[in-house]
Formats: sequence, C-alpha cells, structure tokens
Amino acid sequence: MNHEEGPHPQGIQAVAAMFAQTKREGRAAFLPYFPVGYPNYEDSISILQSLAEAGADGIEIGIPFSDPLADGPTVQAATQIALEAGTTVESAFRAVEAMRAHGHQLPLFLMSYLNPLLSYGPHEFVQKASDVGADGLIIPDLPPEEADAFITLCELAELALVFFLAPTSDDVRIQLVSERARGFIYVVSLTGTTGARAALPNDLARFIARLRPRCAQPLVLGFGISNAEQASQLDGLVDGFIVGSAMIAAAKQSQAAVRQFTQQIVQRSHGERLR
Amino acid sequence: MLPPADKALPDARGYFGDFGGRFVPETIMPALDELIHEFQLAWRDDGFRDEYDRLQAQYVGRPTPLSHAQRLSEHLQGAQIYLKREDLAHTGAHKINNALGQALLAKRMGKKRIIAETGAGQHGVAAATACALLGLDCIVYMGEVDMARQEPNVFRMRLLGAEVRSVASGSRTLKDAINEAIRDWVTNVRTTFYLLGSALGPHPYPWMVREFQSIIGQEARAQILQQAGRLPDACIACVGGGSNAIGIFHAFREDELVDLIGVEAGGHGIASEEHAARFADPDRGRLGTLHGTYSYVLQDADGQIMNTHSISAGLDYAAIGPEHAFLRQTERAHYSYATDEEVLAAFHLLCATEGIIPALESAHAMAEVSKRAPQMPRDAILLVNLSGRGDKDLDTLMSTLTPDQP
Repeated sequence: MNHEEGPHPQGIQAVAAMFAQTKREGRAAFLPYFPVGYPNYEDSISILQSLAEAGADGIEIGIPFSDPLADGPTVQAATQIALEAGTTVESAFRAVEAMRAHGHQLPLFLMSYLNPLLSYGPHEFVQKASDVGADGLIIPDLPPEEADAFITLCELAELALVFFLAPTSDDVRIQLVSERARGFIYVVSLTGTTGARAALPNDLARFIARLRPRCAQPLVLGFGISNAEQASQLDGLVDGFIVGSAMIAAAKQSQAAVRQFTQQIVQRSHGERLR
Repeated sequence: MLPPADKALPDARGYFGDFGGRFVPETIMPALDELIHEFQLAWRDDGFRDEYDRLQAQYVGRPTPLSHAQRLSEHLQGAQIYLKREDLAHTGAHKINNALGQALLAKRMGKKRIIAETGAGQHGVAAATACALLGLDCIVYMGEVDMARQEPNVFRMRLLGAEVRSVASGSRTLKDAINEAIRDWVTNVRTTFYLLGSALGPHPYPWMVREFQSIIGQEARAQILQQAGRLPDACIACVGGGSNAIGIFHAFREDELVDLIGVEAGGHGIASEEHAARFADPDRGRLGTLHGTYSYVLQDADGQIMNTHSISAGLDYAAIGPEHAFLRQTERAHYSYATDEEVLAAFHLLCATEGIIPALESAHAMAEVSKRAPQMPRDAILLVNLSGRGDKDLDTLMSTLTPDQP
C-alpha cells in the first residue's frame, strides 16, 4: 500500500480506504491482534512494528484486562503477563503514538474489554484514542444495545466502532449490529473463546452467506484462524480476518518467528476459496 | 409482556435505575433473550409455580422457621433479634431456592447440561442437588483457592454426581470461576443452561435470582407479623453478590418504616485494601462492568478488577448485584461492613448463646446485629437473614482458632 500522495486519511475513512484497497486486490484484509505489553512493553512495540513491516493491512492492539472472559488460554496468559509487567491503558496509547512516529500509517484498532474504558472515562478515552492516531475501537463485551454513548462519541471523533456477530445471532440481532457497526463487523467464526483451531468450521461458508445480504459493512472473521492455509481459504469469502492466539504463540518463540509467520500469511496463495 | 407482574424493577432492558444491563459477548446475547422470554413464561405459569412450590415444601423443607433469639437478645441488652433460618433449608443455605428454580426452568427449556460457578461451595452444592433431583448433568466451576478452603463442599458436590472443575486462572476464586463458566457457556451455549448463583450477571439473572429468593422475605414478613405482632425496625443481611439480602429485602420494599441493611465483607479493614466492601471503599469501589452487569466494582485506578479478601468465600467477590446499587442510590437500603475479626466474635456469640453455628457469610449480618442491638430499646425488633449454616467453614475455623476461644 502506498499513500504518499496527499494527507493520509484517519479513523473511519482510513478503515474504509483499507478495505477498498484489499477488495481491489481481490483478497481479504489481514488484521493481526497483539496485546500491548506482552512479553513487555518494548518487545510488544517491536512486534507491532514488524507486523506492519511484514505487510499486515491493519492491527488490533489489545489492552490487557484482568478478566478476559471471551478469551481462551493463550490470550489469557499473555495479557496476564502484560498486566504483571505494568501495562496500562496509557501503554496502548503510547503504542499507537510509537507506531505513528515510526511512519506506520495502517489502520490501528484498540481492542479492550469495557471496564478499563469506563474507568478511563468514555469521553476521555475516545478523545485520546483519536488524538494519538488510533482509527477504531473493538469492545467484545459491549453489545450494540448498550453502546449509545460510545456510538455517539466515536461518530463525533470519526472513529470506527466494531460490533460482533456470532453463529448464534438471529436476524434481529444481525440487523441491529449491521445498523450500528462502523468500520467493519467482527464475525466470530464459532461458538467459543479465542484460540487457535486445527480447522475452520465446516459450516462457515453458509454462515457468511447468511450474513452477507443483511450486512452493508465489511465482514471480518476472527476466532480460531491459525495459519496461512486457513487464511488462503478466506480470500473471496470474507473481507478480512484476524489472527490473535497464533500470533502470540509465535511471539512466545521469538520476534523472528512472528515476522516469519506474518510473512507466510501475507504471501499466502489467494483464490482457494472455501466452498 | 414485560418484566415482573408488580411494578418493581428491572425495566425491559434489565436496568434497576442506572444499574444492570447486559454487557456480554455477542455469542450469548441470543441465549439471554431466550432466557428472558422463557423465565417470563414460566414464572406466570401456574403449573411451573405449583411444581416449584411443591418442591420447596416437600423437598427443601419450606417454610424455614423464624427463631426469636432470646438469649442473644438478652446478652446484647437491646433489640429483640429474630433469625430467618435459611440454614435449615435443605443443603444448609438459601442457595437452594434459586438453584431449584433455575434447574426447573432448564428442564422446562429442554437443556440437560447445567453449568454453575461457586465460591463458598454452597451454590455449587445447591446446583448439584437440584440437578441430581431433576436428572440433569451438572458441571461446577470453582477457584483453586476456594476448593482448598471449602474442601467438604467439593466432596459433597462430587457425591451428588456433579463434575467439579478447578479454575487456576487469575485470583483462583469466585470471579475466576464465573469467567470460566461464561467461557463454557459461550462455547456450549446451544445445549447448556448457566445456573448462576447470585443476584448479579447480565439481565435476566439479577431479576430471576431475586424472584426465586424472594420467598425468604415473603415468609419472614408473615412470620414476624404472626410472632411479634408487627413489622421489624430493621432487616439485616450479608451481601456478596447479594442474593440472600435481596431475597429478604424484596418483601419489605414498600414498608418504609423497615430499615434495610446490607453488610459487606470488611476483611482486614478498608484501609488494608484486603476486603470485599464495594460500597465502603469509594477509592476502589467505583462504577463499572464485571460479568455482564453495570454496578459498583472494586477496581484499581486503571480499571483492572481487584483481588478481594474475606474470611468467608461466599462474600469474596469484587462486584455487587445491580439492584443493591439502586437500593443504595435511592436510599431505600443502607450498607455497612464487618471485618473478619468482628465476624468471628459474632460467630462465637451465636454459637454460645443460641446453639446455632452460622456460616461465616451470615456471621457478617450477626456482627452488624452486635453493633446495633445494644443501642436499641428492648421492644425494638431486628430481623436477620441467617442465610446458611457453618459446617462448611469448620476447616477454616479450625485453622484459625483453638476450640475454647473466645
């Protein structure tokens, strides 16, 4: 991606521009998740940078929380280590600033459970997120019907606000999420917590086909995606995908492993669309 | 067709004033919608109510008695103390009222796999009991720390056929057990019923649990009128999540002359930061969300949930049920706390004067009685919810006390 001509778009516009580009290129956007502060602040910053350098289309920067009830063991353990290393909400803002200071212009999303944001102050948080150059928020325990304040705040700040859909979501909920999500819809691939799985769910194509006509926003798949082969099956099916736990597993080995794993996914062969 | 038959809260979105709601991952939102609908139908169905009432009478042993604690009242030289004896309900605590209600609902909904969390083990035992009675599979999540300090209850649950899964994450207590139960529910939501044990969590749980526990106050109100000829001056209960307290408070909500007093776990004292008193510590007990509900939560300056401490596992929890936050805001109820030390003194006093070994949770309510009763006239009446018996706590007590104390 090259955006050297003119000022770079920010917030919701940057997110839309990213999806427009990946769509033109006939592939799904690759949006890795990584928690700030794991295994410590400095290393997490170099990992975030190497994700951008290796060709990620956007990044979800995770803010650690003491009680991550939508996460499986890998994210739980990593975010626990991050918390013990002294990671705070401010660490995530500093991470965004560091990325921008290094010239990385890809969309950056802050992903956090709700309570740290409430504690920081919703208004203050959204303002600061916008000021440091974040493009959107992802809050897994904030369903759209409880999100009036954040919807208004993000709209004013022109930030993306991502809501979730799951295999259990009925038509009423699909419509609600489609109406209120800004930027993209996070599609949970399976009923379960985050974590690498050996294979994608069998009924995935049917699930996406059920959502597609009802959703105007890009659909980004997450939960259980753990390698380049699975990723290559998603091109043409969804507009983007998230890899989290497998990324943490790579970081547990080395930063070189993260870079290599990221490159594998970026250079995956496209077009083996899942049927 | 919206919430309770009376005008009481919550509203249709599950709010008690500013508190409550549903702050959970999308995957379980449809399951909550279904649960709201099914509970509404069941709770208005005479057939369901008859079966619930029949089991309460013939299996749990309701109504539980109201005991006038004459020697304790004499000893404290003040108000007359009446004890609502939930310790005499089957399984030894009020928890069975709710466990039985939810298990009946699960069966009605055709869900055969039940999951539950437990702190002290009393809710786990109650859930395991109800599942054994109704032929349902039961899995109980329990923190490792709690399993160690409530070993007899772990054994009880296993005897009753439940699978007890230890939780080693986080502080390894109740809040982590709830996290793990929610993770299980997210994974198995289509086949599984989450039998939540207190008046917390996402809507409809705070409402549903209150409805199943409100039998305590309904009975106690009629019993005190019959025995003492009038309503009490105050009604006192311990508050962890808050189910026994809301259970006894609810029947008195419109009796404005009856003070409602909840007692939180003061642990080693508020200044020690080792406690579970959400209301008594304004620095750490701030509004936030934990386990799906918006209420007061003990948290650090960065919004991370704090580890709590209480001598009683059942009160060792960082958030308080949303209806209590509402009762406090509207000043319909007031909340105090008791330290571990005060609790132990009250525990011994009840053993020695009345021949009742209370649960350490319930001993928090007794500690408040020890403070209030002496300052009240002899014809004043204090009604206390003695929410459970203390047999489960003997290991904890034996490790901290010698038998001839105090």
